[in-house]
Amino acid sequence: MLKTLLVSTMVSLAATSVSAAEVVVYSARNEQLIKPLFDAYTKDTGVEVKFITDKEGALLQRLKAEGQNTPADMLITVDAGNLWEAAKEGLLKPVQSKTLNANVPAHLRDPGNQWFGLSVRARTIFYNNQKVKPADLSTYEDLGNAKWKGRLCLRTSKKVYNQSLVAMMIAEHGAAKTEQIVKSWVANLATDPFPDDTKMLEAIAAGQCDVGIANTYYYGRLMEKKAGLPLSVFWPNQKAGGVHVNVSGAGIVKYAKHEKEAVALLEWLSSPKAQNLFADVNMEYPVNPAVKADPAVAAWGSFKQNPVNLAKAGELQAEAVKLMDRAGYR
Amino acid sequence: MKGNGWRLTATFIAVLVIIPLVIVLVSLFNPEREIWQHLLEYVLPGLFGNTLKLVLGVAIGVTLLGVSLAWLTAVCEFPGRRFFSWALLLPLAVPAYVTAFVYVALLDFAGPLQTLLREFAGGPVVFPPIRSAGGVILVMVLALYPYVYLLARNAFLTQGKQALEVAQSLGYSRKSGFFKVALPLARPWIISGLMLALMETLADFGTVAVFNYDTFTTAIYKTWFGMFSLQGASQLASVLIVLVFALIVAEQMSRRGLRFTQAGRHTRMDRVVLSGYNAWLASGFAALVLLVAFIIPVMQLLSWSAKVFVQDFDARYVEFLWHSLLLGGLSAVLVVVTALLLTYAQRQHNDSWTVAMVRIATLGYAVPGAVLAVGIVIPLAWLDQQLIGTAKSWFGIDTGLILQGTLLVMLPAYLTRFLAVGYNPMDAAMQRITRNLEEASRSLGFSGLAMLRRVHLPMLRGGLLSAAALVFVDVMKEMPITLMTRPFGWDTLAVRIFEMTSEGEWERAALPAVALVLAGLLPIALLVKHSEKS
Repeated sequence: MLKTLLVSTMVSLAATSVSAAEVVVYSARNEQLIKPLFDAYTKDTGVEVKFITDKEGALLQRLKAEGQNTPADMLITVDAGNLWEAAKEGLLKPVQSKTLNANVPAHLRDPGNQWFGLSVRARTIFYNNQKVKPADLSTYEDLGNAKWKGRLCLRTSKKVYNQSLVAMMIAEHGAAKTEQIVKSWVANLATDPFPDDTKMLEAIAAGQCDVGIANTYYYGRLMEKKAGLPLSVFWPNQKAGGVHVNVSGAGIVKYAKHEKEAVALLEWLSSPKAQNLFADVNMEYPVNPAVKADPAVAAWGSFKQNPVNLAKAGELQAEAVKLMDRAGYR
Repeated sequence: MKGNGWRLTATFIAVLVIIPLVIVLVSLFNPEREIWQHLLEYVLPGLFGNTLKLVLGVAIGVTLLGVSLAWLTAVCEFPGRRFFSWALLLPLAVPAYVTAFVYVALLDFAGPLQTLLREFAGGPVVFPPIRSAGGVILVMVLALYPYVYLLARNAFLTQGKQALEVAQSLGYSRKSGFFKVALPLARPWIISGLMLALMETLADFGTVAVFNYDTFTTAIYKTWFGMFSLQGASQLASVLIVLVFALIVAEQMSRRGLRFTQAGRHTRMDRVVLSGYNAWLASGFAALVLLVAFIIPVMQLLSWSAKVFVQDFDARYVEFLWHSLLLGGLSAVLVVVTALLLTYAQRQHNDSWTVAMVRIATLGYAVPGAVLAVGIVIPLAWLDQQLIGTAKSWFGIDTGLILQGTLLVMLPAYLTRFLAVGYNPMDAAMQRITRNLEEASRSLGFSGLAMLRRVHLPMLRGGLLSAAALVFVDVMKEMPITLMTRPFGWDTLAVRIFEMTSEGEWERAALPAVALVLAGLLPIALLVKHSEKS
């Protein structure tokens, strides 16, 4: 036992020392959704990618505590808000890269070039197609209309995707009006908010409620498992605003020991080859406009994205959380 | 060792263990006014109600289930008793967050049971909502009653029948003998188990998250992750620590002046034989608890695992399992040794300072794991910085991180979190040893460590094994600390469960969950085998 402990310790000691051809990543994107990319990169370039996964908040805290001794070169999160927070806390450094600027649309990256979206996560409306006609649907805001009383399902307000959605609504409508909208949603709820998107989609399919808001890839995964569910996608706010999107994205850590290698990896992740892999692994949308979405994903139809810069999602997230508390959205 | 030595030992352990807690507590002195204002107005009132309901519900539930089952299997004889006496410990191996997602999946509106009922009835059916206070309490009780069961059973096994006989000789009926004599005598054990269950409840995040039930912990996480305020989150956590400390002190005070010792432990016990209706009632009760707390969740996990096995199972599982077992085993040894020192220090040198140190050292269990993880990472990062600076200035080499990302960090972190789990059963066992016995052995020339080895250790074996098994299983189930402090590429079964559940992929989380349950059965089996012998 003691010997194993010693060996394990030595191994992890050795692992933290600096070597040339490697990049160290702190990732809030799950192992199964990120490892295939890194494996492909290592195969292409010979550069090894070491990574650790955890929740965003914990990773940021760890980066902060480690300061300039951090082994991390890159931070990956599954939302823009946490990247914005990392940038604000001075944990990231700006990257000047023509490749990234060309591959990542302006509203999906930091105005100060500290982080870049890598895949688009569209948060849209889903409905039970046996009970709802698409013509009845129009906008996120309209889900607070009295006609949806007792027919709406939502995921918990604790999830960052909903916090970003509300933050972006604040950016668009202002806090007072957004609070009214969120209150009207809460009044329409058929049942308490769900712990995750999948459970919520299942509830819509089972008839517990008729409409709800979820990320498209949860729908994709669910339909892969249970093809016959009476669930359909609706793209809201197409006349104004656009569909709320978030990104899974990355930034270079301020005290990166392998900055050059990390930037190269980041650029590669935005390239057409990686974009297909990155987005397809989880049925997300590529950020790179030159890349087509996976056929299964493209079949859900095309839509107009909300063009407001995602930095707003971070900037207004704390306010969104408080607003949802006030509105009684659990 | 003289009194002062023990006092120093206790102080040293307490200081080591509470550094992370102090880091959290320090936040109290610099309140984030704006956030507190908001929390006080919109969040805390509902939260207090919710948390109180949960704690009370769990307290009542685990005590009723734990004590009744312990009494039945320790003192009575009924069909299947031998089987149930060990099988009822099995739920210990199933993490509460796993039981939670199994039951939500099974019993929610869209789940198979309600769907079937609707098809059968041809329309909507009335069904109590699982995502409710009642649902959370039920799941927590099912997951946590073994703490009370294990410790209370230990107590009843060694004194139950005797106590009952004494009571009967004093003219009590069997029933009032249980309530007037056996139960009060078993109190330290029952309270120890209850404390563990309640601290676990207060610190829990995974289970309440599945139910979207708001407690203190969820507010802590929301303040940290949602409002980006670790400061605010730490302050909420501090309130929690203070509450638990008050609880522990109150319990300690209420026990003051009482002594719980026993006569011999080798008296062979004849069980109270239940017959007819009563016997089957006992079997039925035990079977029902086992079914709901263990068999149904595990069956569901197995059926999910079967679906994803081919796609998900690979060689890495050997590694996950090995890492889980290694962490569990090393931590169990570390915690048990430390807890033994604490128990002993308190025994040898029972002044208020030592007692306070011991209490402080066992507070970590009530702190939500992620907050504790932060409290651990901050001082270690600092220590690393000093070491790296020294290496640079003395030897001119850049070492990179030295401590962080190694097991040298993980083990102390587990120690802080799980010392209470190791300490409580050992303390309860220590209370059993009479002072007379100590005096006698002292007159024979044994003192200090010699007494520990020759006299106390053999008598503490039950408590020691309970402690080791509980810590082993708890460490394997632990998520936040493991996530935050593990070395690169060092994934465990719990980490794997986290990755799957955080994406709502409950079916795929079932495979590592089954592996975790199987790994947890080993120490539990050992534990039961031992307790049967004594």
